[in-house]
Amino acid sequence: MPIEPTSLPDNVLTMNLKKVVNWCRRSSVWPMPFATACCGIELMATASSRYDLARFGAEVMRFSPRQADLMIVAGRVSIKMMPVLHRIYLQMAEPKWVISMGACASTGGVFDNYATVQGIDQFLPVDVYVPGCPPRPETLMEGIMLIQKIIDQHGMPASKRQPMKLSVQPNYRPTPQPQVILGPKLAAALHE
Amino acid sequence: MTIDHPAAVKLKERFGHLHLKVASFRGQTQIEVPGENLTQVVTFLRDDSTLGYDMLCDVTCVDYLNYPGWDKARFGMVYTFNSVAAGQPRLILRVFLGEAQLAIDSLVPLYAGAEWMEREVFDMFGVRFRGHPDLRRILTWDGFKSHPLRKDYPVTGLGERENYPVLDRDSA
Ligand code: SF4
Repeated sequence: MPIEPTSLPDNVLTMNLKKVVNWCRRSSVWPMPFATACCGIELMATASSRYDLARFGAEVMRFSPRQADLMIVAGRVSIKMMPVLHRIYLQMAEPKWVISMGACASTGGVFDNYATVQGIDQFLPVDVYVPGCPPRPETLMEGIMLIQKIIDQHGMPASKRQPMKLSVQPNYRPTPQPQVILGPKLAAALHE
Repeated sequence: MTIDHPAAVKLKERFGHLHLKVASFRGQTQIEVPGENLTQVVTFLRDDSTLGYDMLCDVTCVDYLNYPGWDKARFGMVYTFNSVAAGQPRLILRVFLGEAQLAIDSLVPLYAGAEWMEREVFDMFGVRFRGHPDLRRILTWDGFKSHPLRKDYPVTGLGERENYPVLDRDSA
């Protein structure tokens, strides 16, 4: 006999389970920062107050792969580092996503030499590429928003999700950097 | 040109029979030492009371393959010494090694700090250091075959970076 939901109390909401799980996941993407070079600095800037990654629920950098669901590979990866990257990726719990941040992680960048991996996607599934050298924090945020879109569409996978290989097309207008306003004394000292 | 570096003067007195070659460029003095006498010369430099070269600050190597007008052996070792307590000017020792006999005495028994620097030279140029306690590669990974700072090594490698297991969504 089907249960008749005639008299649900006021504080109960009915909803599509997939939607609510996706909503939870997209609003708490915890990144694992695999920051090996200069792009890592920009990643830190993204998490700091001016850009405030917390607006997207992704500010909790987890240095333990078990607690993270998004790996942000920021910087060049040497061949010697590749086993470490593999291992961290394997240790992350499903579902997991990977952002390749910057020219170096995506293609090797200018470091076309014997010791540098020419794009981590040769050895690892990548969902989103964020271009730039380094990408501005806005671009990285677009990358994370793309991950959120992927989560919206897939969510609760029945089988393993294949990498989407999306690339961010920057469409932001860079905001001007804040003006430094000097007091009269400091300004006079600098002009001397 | 006369070279009045105190170490050069002293070495000439003590090792006159070796006919050490001294050169100076922009205030830096370098002395060419035969490979088999390196330990002897360095021990003298370290233990002499007025010279007192108590710090080995760098060990490196240069590959002179196809260097224009080069008539010495292919690899040139560079040892840079500082004299901290006695305050003598910096001194550079050069040892030239051919490809066939690419081995030299290790300076680890004299300066413990030489250990990793010699490992790096071994890794990058393939110079063997006799008497080194732990001569393994230090920068490249286990199983790397070549010596990448040699001039005849292609900068993009010999396929080492492509030869790596691939992880995809079906295997991970
Ligand atoms: S892409 Fe540019 S900023 Fe990023 S790691 Fe490479 S060189 Fe550094």
